[in-house]
Amino acid sequence: MNGITNVSRRDFLKTGATVGGGLVLGIALRAGARTRGGQSQAGKAGPFEPNAFLRVATDGAVTIIVPQSEMGQGVATSLPMLVAEELDADWKTVRYEQAPADKAYANPLLGMQLTGGSTSVRSFWEPLRLAGAAARAMLIAAAAKAWGVEAGTCQTENGTVVHKASGRKMTYGELAAAAGRLPVPKTAPLKSPPEFTILGKPLHRLDTPLKVDGRAAFGIDAAPEGALVATVERCPTFGGKAAKVDDAAAKKVPGVRMVVPISSGVCVIADTFWAAKKGREALKVTWDNGPLAGLTSDKITQAFEAAAKTAGTVARNEGDAAKALASAAKRIDAVYQVPYLAHATMEPMNSTASVTKTRCDVWSPIQAQTMAQETAMAITGLPRESVFIHTMFLGCGFGRRGETDFIADAVEASKAAGAPVRVIWTREDDIRHDHYRPATYNTLSAGLDAKGQPTAWQARIVGPSIFAAHGRIMSLKTGQVDPTSVEGLADLAYEIPNYHVEYIENEPGVPVGFWRSVGDSQNCFIAESFMDEIAAAGKQDPYELRRALLANHPRPRGVLELAATKAGWGKPLPAGTFRGLAMSQPYGSYVAEVVEVSVANDGSVKVHRVVCAIDCGLHINPDTITAQMEGGIVYGLTAALYGNISIAGGAVEQGNFNDYQMLRFQDMPAVEVYIMDSTEAPGGVGEPGVPTLAPAVCNAIFAATGKRIRRLPIRPEDLKKA
Amino acid sequence: MGSQTQPALTPLTLTVNGRTHKVEVFPDTPLLWVLRDNLGLRGTKFGCGRALCGACTVHVDGAARRSCVTPVSSVVGKSIVTIEGLSPDGSHPVQRAWVLHEVPQCGYCQPGQIMQAAALLAKNPDPSDADIDSFMSGNICRCGTYQRIRAAIHEAAKMQARGGRP
Repeated sequence: MNGITNVSRRDFLKTGATVGGGLVLGIALRAGARTRGGQSQAGKAGPFEPNAFLRVATDGAVTIIVPQSEMGQGVATSLPMLVAEELDADWKTVRYEQAPADKAYANPLLGMQLTGGSTSVRSFWEPLRLAGAAARAMLIAAAAKAWGVEAGTCQTENGTVVHKASGRKMTYGELAAAAGRLPVPKTAPLKSPPEFTILGKPLHRLDTPLKVDGRAAFGIDAAPEGALVATVERCPTFGGKAAKVDDAAAKKVPGVRMVVPISSGVCVIADTFWAAKKGREALKVTWDNGPLAGLTSDKITQAFEAAAKTAGTVARNEGDAAKALASAAKRIDAVYQVPYLAHATMEPMNSTASVTKTRCDVWSPIQAQTMAQETAMAITGLPRESVFIHTMFLGCGFGRRGETDFIADAVEASKAAGAPVRVIWTREDDIRHDHYRPATYNTLSAGLDAKGQPTAWQARIVGPSIFAAHGRIMSLKTGQVDPTSVEGLADLAYEIPNYHVEYIENEPGVPVGFWRSVGDSQNCFIAESFMDEIAAAGKQDPYELRRALLANHPRPRGVLELAATKAGWGKPLPAGTFRGLAMSQPYGSYVAEVVEVSVANDGSVKVHRVVCAIDCGLHINPDTITAQMEGGIVYGLTAALYGNISIAGGAVEQGNFNDYQMLRFQDMPAVEVYIMDSTEAPGGVGEPGVPTLAPAVCNAIFAATGKRIRRLPIRPEDLKKA
Repeated sequence: MGSQTQPALTPLTLTVNGRTHKVEVFPDTPLLWVLRDNLGLRGTKFGCGRALCGACTVHVDGAARRSCVTPVSSVVGKSIVTIEGLSPDGSHPVQRAWVLHEVPQCGYCQPGQIMQAAALLAKNPDPSDADIDSFMSGNICRCGTYQRIRAAIHEAAKMQARGGRP
């Protein structure tokens, strides 16, 4: 029955009765391949089971505990759908709760409780369906026992068990107490996709009603009794610290309670945010700017350029690219550069903490509960079981909230104040103290044969390593390079016989981190722009060239053909409008995008239409897939048109939405999303919409102007008509 | 940086969502922080603090205003409406259209988007796409829900024309 497996099958089940006497089921996730930490606390016997994934109350309400953070990507609906499908629940009775921090809720693909890498559905696809299926089997067993019939003669539909032969029926609510007393089955059959009644349907999100009337509580809305509000004055220069603090005037501001040094800077704690901000403005701080005080964007580029002349660590090597380049009928070379980028989540960084001698509570918009807990443990000295992480709604995540610097702020501040404290970052704090998408410098070379087919592909990537910044280099095998530095350039599906990619780590000292679609966010721009250069150099149609190179790869070729067909590739366009296309295969999915662009005489670029095709395997909630593609396209277009974090004096020059611009209504193209029918295991959808947009736009700009964009963001001054 | 004269807390009376509230605040405090910190109305969001993103949008005497740059002393005696007061039960046509079109993703900017859209429909009952783009251009959505917002505003306009019926 179960033909789809994306993560390994696990021993999973444990039952218990709730306080109210219903059925509770938890999945005991066995340790994943990459962790020691997956052992379940849900496995302990007891009358009450707080770590369960599923609760059926005696009134029939089905509550599903969501182990991943809801940051807009829809997990608070898609994960409950997995359980509800196998449970045959009445969807109208399904509620969800956000899970607490607990190793029982570790993401099996990531080895800790962390939302990232577009893994939520891929990780929980099987375990959550098994939880639903086992609960269904127990509800059937309870009904069969009550009726004195064989379980095999009973069916389930829409939250009831039915015995058709006798016409008897009992609701899950009526059966919950009895089911809770039954043994948990060792295994439970899963439905096959044609049997699905919930998965694959465009359902309304469970969190939407809360998000239209102000009820949704985000991190910044957490308000424990007596909470003070704080803001932190940070050294603008990376790596700098306060040498001297004069806080006399700050302390005189009415409402300011105290000024305390914390790891990230000088923390002003007050009754209200405005008092804290006034106090902060009254501080006189002398900074020790540290070793990066002279760092500029130009110096970073110069260091990258010099490093690019040295040999790197090989990320992929097939055939002999150097030899093939030397004997090619035609050779092309190019340098591609991308800037640092800030995440700019709509909700600025913040957290609220309440630290006492015996416990620590943290309310936060956090993607990384396990690391948040460990951060609080280190600061408070409290054991894990005394640190409680309450995950609030996230006002965007994008990878930024997988860091824990904003957790540390609140825990340190609350510890110092002896009261609950909410630390709020201003937008300027948020943009100037991010963990940025790395800037990189890349040299590309290709060899073409006489027919214009690529025979050699060579890339050298220079830039900082995200894994190094996060102490994750240890997790790599000897000789393996940081996968986030090379993904999207070293793993292309195109069949090119001689293929060589190297990575050179160069660390300017600007903090780097995971930014929606991570390495693919820049490498897809580089790879797919350069593929377009190959097509132009070989006088080939960019679509037909890609199709030919993917002849033996049906999934990427499939999305390419779907996008091209829907966009009308090759058909006439209104005068002045031009097409470009690009594709990628990030996070277990395949995406192709075709864009229509016009370039005005002043060099300004207008994107009129984006046609997106995605193959993400089986669909969970198709409307969420569409929404994530729409959002990914906006995220990618924002970065392509505007995204640039520049460095002067070791500090970020931008600070708010006036100089770090976001896409707005008037820039919004018409976006069409087409989802491939598929019976493959689900792929990710949160990130895959992002990478292809920039190269598709730049390829369309080339079609329009003959000018090749090799440095992001797109600069109108480079495209101005002479 | 550095302040010469000490600010003073001042008692003020505000009318928010039809109710009268007495607060003691700095007169220059942005309305946003009085709503959130003094009145516990946290549906209105902080995004930029400089009227650049629209997350903090509320209605003051029926018009959309950025509460993050509106000194509280300037709205004494005026009628302030926040997302919590737009309708008693989430039934304003804009709110219902938002649900129908599944507009929100993360949802953080949506209270501001909804208040801005409601202000648009109050003065222009049948806006074109260009009208929407122009009136909504100060509201940023980082999740990229703009296309759905446009569709939802058209939907809400139709509901409004039918007397609020869906």
